[in-house]
Amino acid sequence: MSLLRVRSLSAFYGSFQALFDVSLEADEGETVAVIGANGAGKSTVLRAIAGALPVTPAAVEFDGRRVGGGPAHELVARGIVMVPEGRRIFPSLSVEENLRVGAYRGRPGPWSLARVYDLFPVLAARRGQPGTNLSGGEQQMLAIGRGLMANPRVLLVDEISLGLAPLVVRALYQVLRAVTREGTTAILVDQDVSEIMQLAQRVYCLRKGAVSLEGRPADLTRHRIAAAYFGV
Amino acid sequence: MAWVDTVLQGLMLGGLYALFATGLSLIFGVMRVVNLAHGDLSILAAFVAVVVVETLGLNPLLALLLVVPLMAALGFVLQVVILNRLLGRGILPPILVTFGFSIIIQNALLETFSADSRRLNPGGIETASLSLGSGLAVGWFPFITLAAAVLILVGLQLVISRTSVGRAFRATSDDHETAELMGIDNRRLYGLAMALSLGIVAVAGVFLGIRTTFAFSSGPDRLLFAFEAVIIGGLGSLWGTLVGGAVLGIAQTVGAKLSPGWGILTGHLVFLAVLLLRPQGLFTRGRRIS
Amino acid sequence: MEPAAVRIERTTRASRIGAVGGALVLIVLLSLPAWGDPSTMRLLVEFIALLVLAQMWNLLAGYAGLVSIGQQAYVGLGGYALVVVADDLGVNPFVAVPLAGVVAAAFALPTAAIVFRFHGGYFAVGTWAIAEVYRLLVANTGALGRGSGRTLKAVFPLARETREVTTYLLALAIGVAALAAVYVFLRSRHGLGLMAIRDSEHGSETLGVDVFRTKLVVYVGVAFGTGVTGALIYLNLLRISPDAGFSINWTAYTIFIVVIGGLGSLEGPLIGTALFFLVREYLSDYGAWYMILLGALAVGVMLAYPQGLWGMVAERWDLRFFPVGRRVERDPSPRPSPRRGEGGTP
Repeated sequence: MSLLRVRSLSAFYGSFQALFDVSLEADEGETVAVIGANGAGKSTVLRAIAGALPVTPAAVEFDGRRVGGGPAHELVARGIVMVPEGRRIFPSLSVEENLRVGAYRGRPGPWSLARVYDLFPVLAARRGQPGTNLSGGEQQMLAIGRGLMANPRVLLVDEISLGLAPLVVRALYQVLRAVTREGTTAILVDQDVSEIMQLAQRVYCLRKGAVSLEGRPADLTRHRIAAAYFGV
Repeated sequence: MAWVDTVLQGLMLGGLYALFATGLSLIFGVMRVVNLAHGDLSILAAFVAVVVVETLGLNPLLALLLVVPLMAALGFVLQVVILNRLLGRGILPPILVTFGFSIIIQNALLETFSADSRRLNPGGIETASLSLGSGLAVGWFPFITLAAAVLILVGLQLVISRTSVGRAFRATSDDHETAELMGIDNRRLYGLAMALSLGIVAVAGVFLGIRTTFAFSSGPDRLLFAFEAVIIGGLGSLWGTLVGGAVLGIAQTVGAKLSPGWGILTGHLVFLAVLLLRPQGLFTRGRRIS
Repeated sequence: MEPAAVRIERTTRASRIGAVGGALVLIVLLSLPAWGDPSTMRLLVEFIALLVLAQMWNLLAGYAGLVSIGQQAYVGLGGYALVVVADDLGVNPFVAVPLAGVVAAAFALPTAAIVFRFHGGYFAVGTWAIAEVYRLLVANTGALGRGSGRTLKAVFPLARETREVTTYLLALAIGVAALAAVYVFLRSRHGLGLMAIRDSEHGSETLGVDVFRTKLVVYVGVAFGTGVTGALIYLNLLRISPDAGFSINWTAYTIFIVVIGGLGSLEGPLIGTALFFLVREYLSDYGAWYMILLGALAVGVMLAYPQGLWGMVAERWDLRFFPVGRRVERDPSPRPSPRRGEGGTP
């Protein structure tokens, strides 16, 4: 049974329609990739799932419950956790405090400060520094660590590779692989297609707010993906 | 020695101003809102203390045990029921609504308690003095006020820097959207911040009422002094608020000593001077006032 | 593909009707001294004074986004300037009224230099702090009568009826001039810039709007208008004191009028002032309750109908008596499009 199901989701920013009837599914333990060009609506889908957008309750179903529309802070308590686009580290908090904020709702689970420091030793070394003192890649690690501190059932990661060097991106995806191997469901959004396709069991491609392709990465050719991505 | 005495008085007064200022800057820090009813709420607290003292016969300092929770609860309700509904609508609505509160509170106090001045009597402690040696003495009560201000500031600083709620305050102040994604309920947090602010301002109001007479219209001046203390000390620094309060208090007492009608005006002029010469305040490191 | 033919319209049918109606009302008001009684004229002077104060505050806060709670500084300064210019400098008191406005505007310059360092809520408190400074300075000045204030003596030689009628006609002139000035300004290029600043300060800056200068011009202009009104008020009352002239109530009344009537429109303050006088008429016996009611009404309107009563009406029925915006309407008579192949840029 699907842990998370998005049904016929339409979303608006004011009078601008960003999503047209989008449907996707993620089974427990699965890693789902959402790809597409800039502005295709990928982040919007994640934000809708996280409860940060006003949508109809039936549009997002989690663990059998209708949760569309949030509020976001309640969904965190249920286990839907977002690692936002652009990292969004809190400047007034240190590295450790940023991590602790992730655990604000106190959800029980395997993740703790010690485990996150194990996963990202760099963060342990800099625990007392202001969160924004870190490099881009380190901030992304911090953002992921912060998300893990909430002990998510579904981890939403938005544009993990944005502004980062390929080597750093590869390292981050290794971490994601380790995390998802433990059984965490993940929905990943990225413009960089290559890494994400190696990790995901299912992929959806969005174009202009609608699903243009879905399937298992093994079944899809580069040609089909490019066609769905660019619409040629 | 008379001047040292005056400065000391100003310092004690500064403690009181720091209390007023702390409540104001806490709200501004977390929610970017200036509560124009801030001063009037402290006077409301003083009048509530009057009622508690008259009906229960308690010492005003003991009455604090009732007044502070009451005012904190009021703060929570005001925020959650009214002010939270103005979120996302820009800067104008909170200014106008809190201004409306200010007028409502003042006139309600006028109707209920008439225009008479009141004073809270803590049974002698306000005239007792503490000798500091070499002929210097400070009143016990002003000293207690300063001590209370420092204690509350230290407590608040600890809450903000060491507790989960304090982290939530700082995170929300930085980026309220992402704070929501961390599971922080912004609306409830704002209620909490307002409750804290009003609790502190209640202490300030009662201490003011013990120190001097007050009436329904005493609120606005408290807001002004709180504001001036915050600006002099610098935004975003709790210790700056204490310094700002002290500078303002000393300016007022020194000015009053020079010419009785000029006490408050001197405070205003010092405030203007700081604003013109060092607008970021005495404690911040060169940030703009916004 | 042929672009749809449109044209930019400025007037509406409602505004054309409103213009005619307004002219009629003005004629009636002008004739009032002939058939009305002095108490009506005094009431109308008060009404116009509050209306102009509200229009001024509306321009400042609703259009320029400068929320000042210190405008009472200019009411007081205008009132005191009237007394000084008329009594001490021997100028005709009626001529002294606009001059008082100039004095107020002069004080607005250094005030702006200080308060423009703040923004938002702190700007509001800053304006109030400055008003308090002015109040205290005046209350400590012997020549201005200290705490007890001064009486306007320059009008004593005049017959009472002459004074009352002239004050009334002056008030009418000020009211019409203020409304016209605000209306013309908002319809002008500068008005457009102002509304752009209100909507997005940063964005308008990138488009070349000189934000600082526009705000300064508006602030000083509003100070002038407020100062003139302050002088008018005390010409009517004949006696000024620091606590009265610099009272926060001037700001309280104008804020309530504008909020309840409707922020950011010219019609709103009109409705608001009318409502204010109605409430005062019926509740003045109840002392402070009427202020409590006004305050509660303002809070309630802000929560439920942020555009105020007029805003609600205007939205529902698309009414604009004072059209300051521009509407895009389909042009029923299409112009011929330029032919392909002809030289020159389209």
